[in-house]
Amino acid sequence: MSISHHLDDATLMSFAAGALPGALAAVAAAHADMCRRCRREIAALERLGEAALASLPPVALERPEPSPTAPTAAGMRDAFQHASAATDPEIPRPLAPLVDGGLDAVAWRWLGPGVWDHPLPLAGAGKLRLLKVAPGHGIPEHGHGGAELTLVLRGSFHDETGQYARGDVADLDETVEHQPVVPRDGSDCICLIASEAPERFQGLVARQWQRVRGV
Amino acid sequence: MADLLRRVAEQADLAAFRELYQTYGPRVKAYMMRQGADAATAEDLAQETLLAVWRRASLYAEEKGSIATWIFAIARNLRIDRLRREMPWQELPESRMEQPSTETPPDEALSAKERQGRVLAALAQLPPEQHEVVTLSYIDGLSHGEIAARLGLPLGTVKSRMRIAYQRIRAGLEDLQ
Repeated sequence: MSISHHLDDATLMSFAAGALPGALAAVAAAHADMCRRCRREIAALERLGEAALASLPPVALERPEPSPTAPTAAGMRDAFQHASAATDPEIPRPLAPLVDGGLDAVAWRWLGPGVWDHPLPLAGAGKLRLLKVAPGHGIPEHGHGGAELTLVLRGSFHDETGQYARGDVADLDETVEHQPVVPRDGSDCICLIASEAPERFQGLVARQWQRVRGV
Repeated sequence: MADLLRRVAEQADLAAFRELYQTYGPRVKAYMMRQGADAATAEDLAQETLLAVWRRASLYAEEKGSIATWIFAIARNLRIDRLRREMPWQELPESRMEQPSTETPPDEALSAKERQGRVLAALAQLPPEQHEVVTLSYIDGLSHGEIAARLGLPLGTVKSRMRIAYQRIRAGLEDLQ
């Protein structure tokens, strides 16, 4: 797979720092799962975390060290395990727990002609959803006023900034005006989209739908 | 430090664990407090971080980063899980197939420690306005938007400062090869 659109350096840095809002971090992790280049960049950026830790004045510990052999320690929940079992190769591994049964089993919600979505439940900041757009239709704008990441999982779309196929991520500045369209002769395009400002999505879908239909 | 971790991994050496805890615990506690935890919670999370080091000691791989970078990654994920109550989407270094990017293939003469020294030096040499956005990301855990609000800057300025900072640090790494 040849990926030509990557995460922005500022997004990679925020992700490695653990500072990217949850929904955006989900898309970043899904892209990194498909993109060797971004995985290596994230690994390199984690080194800055060591520098950050070293720059903090230490705070004295008040209790003796914990006993690593105590039963409570052994039974502690491990917050570091991703679901790594290879299930559906079309679903990036970090998303596997959220997309059970693959993209063909998703319960789509109709948003307008040629546009469906499926919200993915997520604790924390931002909104995460799958979006399906039929050939010849535009991808609605969303998340204006906040960051947004769009990762192609199936099919493709194109806009003023180029063509986006599976694995490509659109990580564009808020100032970029673009109008993504799914090619007329292609298949449905399914994207994973995270936005920081979810509340305007629906309104924008309606507006974009109006624009497409010339209403 | 590598020797202490080896003793933990191979011999379940409690004295080595205590030394690791005394070395890194106070820094992880400081990190958690900067992220808004009170002192008791921060110390709990420092304990959990080092207990995870104990459990995962045999998975540590030096070529994927220094021990301190590894401990940072564990503490970062724990913070996201416990303090932000979000899912930590970041993989830990040992789960990754790849070594960190260095443009040219890893030089055998260059240890993880030397490479790390270079990162620290490059970070220290950043102009203050770039150093600030890096610190607010890594230490305070602020998103681009939160940094922009805190500093009263446009979002685009925050992101471009982060990009430039990253390019400078990368350039520092490449010089070494």
